[in-house]
Amino acid sequence: MTALDNLFAKVRAENRAALIAYIPAGFPSQAGCAKVIQAFVEAGVDAIEIGFPYSDPVMDGPTIQAAAVTALENGTGSAEVMAALKTATDTGVAAVVMTYWNPIERYGVNEFAQAIAANGGSGVITPDLTIEESAGWLIATKNSSISPIYVVAPSTSDARLPKVTSACGGFVYAASLMGVTGARNSVSSGAADLVARIRKTTDLPIAVGLGVSTREQAKGVAAYADGVIVGSAFIKALQDAPNEDAGLAAVSSLARELAKGVREGR
Amino acid sequence: MSTTPKEDLSAILGHFGPYGGRFVPEALIGALEELEEAHRTSQQDPAFVAELAELHRTYTGRPSIITEAKRFAEHAGGARIILKREDLNHTGSHKINNVLGQALLTKRMGKKRIIAETGAGQHGVASATAAALMGLECVVYMGEEDTKRQALNVARMKLLGAEVVPVTAGSRTLKDAINEAMRDWVTNVETTHYLLGTVAGPHPFPTMVRDFHKIIGEETREQVLALTGRLPDAVLACVGGGSNAIGIFHRFISDPSVRLIGLEAGGDGVETGRHAATITGGTPGVLHGTRSYVLQDANGQTVESHSISAGLDYPGVGPEHAYLHDIGRAEYRAITDEQAMHAFALLSKTEGIIPAIETAHALAGALQVGNELGKDAIIVINLSGRGDKDVQTAAQYFGIPLD
Ligand SMILES: Cc1ncc(COP(=O)(O)O)c(C=O)c1O
Repeated sequence: MTALDNLFAKVRAENRAALIAYIPAGFPSQAGCAKVIQAFVEAGVDAIEIGFPYSDPVMDGPTIQAAAVTALENGTGSAEVMAALKTATDTGVAAVVMTYWNPIERYGVNEFAQAIAANGGSGVITPDLTIEESAGWLIATKNSSISPIYVVAPSTSDARLPKVTSACGGFVYAASLMGVTGARNSVSSGAADLVARIRKTTDLPIAVGLGVSTREQAKGVAAYADGVIVGSAFIKALQDAPNEDAGLAAVSSLARELAKGVREGR
Repeated sequence: MSTTPKEDLSAILGHFGPYGGRFVPEALIGALEELEEAHRTSQQDPAFVAELAELHRTYTGRPSIITEAKRFAEHAGGARIILKREDLNHTGSHKINNVLGQALLTKRMGKKRIIAETGAGQHGVASATAAALMGLECVVYMGEEDTKRQALNVARMKLLGAEVVPVTAGSRTLKDAINEAMRDWVTNVETTHYLLGTVAGPHPFPTMVRDFHKIIGEETREQVLALTGRLPDAVLACVGGGSNAIGIFHRFISDPSVRLIGLEAGGDGVETGRHAATITGGTPGVLHGTRSYVLQDANGQTVESHSISAGLDYPGVGPEHAYLHDIGRAEYRAITDEQAMHAFALLSKTEGIIPAIETAHALAGALQVGNELGKDAIIVINLSGRGDKDVQTAAQYFGIPLD
């Protein structure tokens, strides 16, 4: 049982959804990232997703792309990602890393899984790793007792869904819409359908990401999902703020609102 | 030579040894499977094959001729130099072979919109051309840096009715244009086909794009046999993503006596770090949906490539080339900007053919290989494109005033 598994058991018992917040390591700065993590925890975020900034993030919209550029300019590499992960897990919160595949392959597949475990991480979300290319990764994550978390999309067929979800651990990441990350005015209605289709294939918790940015949206998603993932909205709050302190204050108040939202859904 | 591989290296799930495969968001899997199926069935459909062949005959201008370059050969150790004239194709490069094939597949899949990435602009122009011919909507993503280097091709695409979107992310070159095209595709996959311009990207692209270009090598083999009575000693091509190279190599893979030599963009020199020679100077990794050689740092971040030639300025390379390199069936060398520009000028002045700067890398390779093999050798070069688009760059390079 990872800290993430324990968390989902707890929120299930409380009959609510978990709030999962995303921040790239090294953004807005190395020290700033640690402060964002602290603010998340204090505001009632249930789990933290540390992003490994990557040069070619094809699943990300302009907001997270810009954050990745900043984080890379701040000298963020695997050491900084692991340090941010440890900062999060040292607080006792469940945490995972989200990364495109190439940084894992470059680090060493087994070594990466081991480093995640050593820093208290519960799992890794790999948005561009297909199940067909996962043989080595599934062994590595199993050996390190961390969860391989896959993203499924509205276009994933019923025939294919169980192939992906049966390999998944921790939770299934349901992408709410066909598109890249970024805040949207409304959460796609396709998300509820997708969650229902995933439920037929697995007992794992299901978290919905892509486009959630407000308490109302979090509440809506919490009605049918086990977790609500928010990323771009936090990053945008930091980017739009006149300075880091103002950004942190904005992150705190948004996280508090969202934490209410995930408790109001049912 | 260690092994002579089977001709179709991609039989197993789009893998070439450890390379290739599919590293993409789940949202694209459905579209890739649909495309794989459309490609597979179309290759066995006589009506499709005939339609493409007819287009090539009446629109592309195939078969493209071969030209013996006798005066250029004097500078290449006296070896016989034979040029495969893909520059004479409609739109001025080999790119049209792939584009017409994929545009027909787009219609077969019932899609009405194509998107494409472009570096030099040749693939963008070819895509815009096919879209105009077949009544498809066309959006071309092009790094902002490249829209400046290749302003003439931007205008051509617009005249052909395409929308050109300058990409301002990252290094503002081909790799970022591909990222942006992938984002568009993830969002609009229902209605849109991503008409990828080289033998990279997730399966089935490396196999499918090769299949549309292998006609180059098939024609060349017959034409060279007819002209010289024997197989060539070496076949040379420039390698960006690797489509013109795999196109001319493929038919010769099972001819063990024929050396296959790919010429990568060495930029300022591989040792300077400012280059685009992915196989020569890179390491195995994953970029844009496929495993191959990549220019990357210790954290797996893609490193920016550098080349005078926009069409070779890419930090990745097709997975089949990575495999052909590893098994020793093909060789890859780097040619610097300076060596390429020397060959560019030489072919222009000795043969009256202004090549694309991409192609000039292959010509510079021929000068080396010809001198190594001597006057009894027969060397074939894929003349992948013409240099009209490069006149401004070349004029600047050689200090020719433009006003
Ligand atoms: C004339 C010409 N040759 C070669 C290339 C490089 O592409 P590839 O390596 O896929 O043939 C380009 C790309 O734009 C080109 O325009």
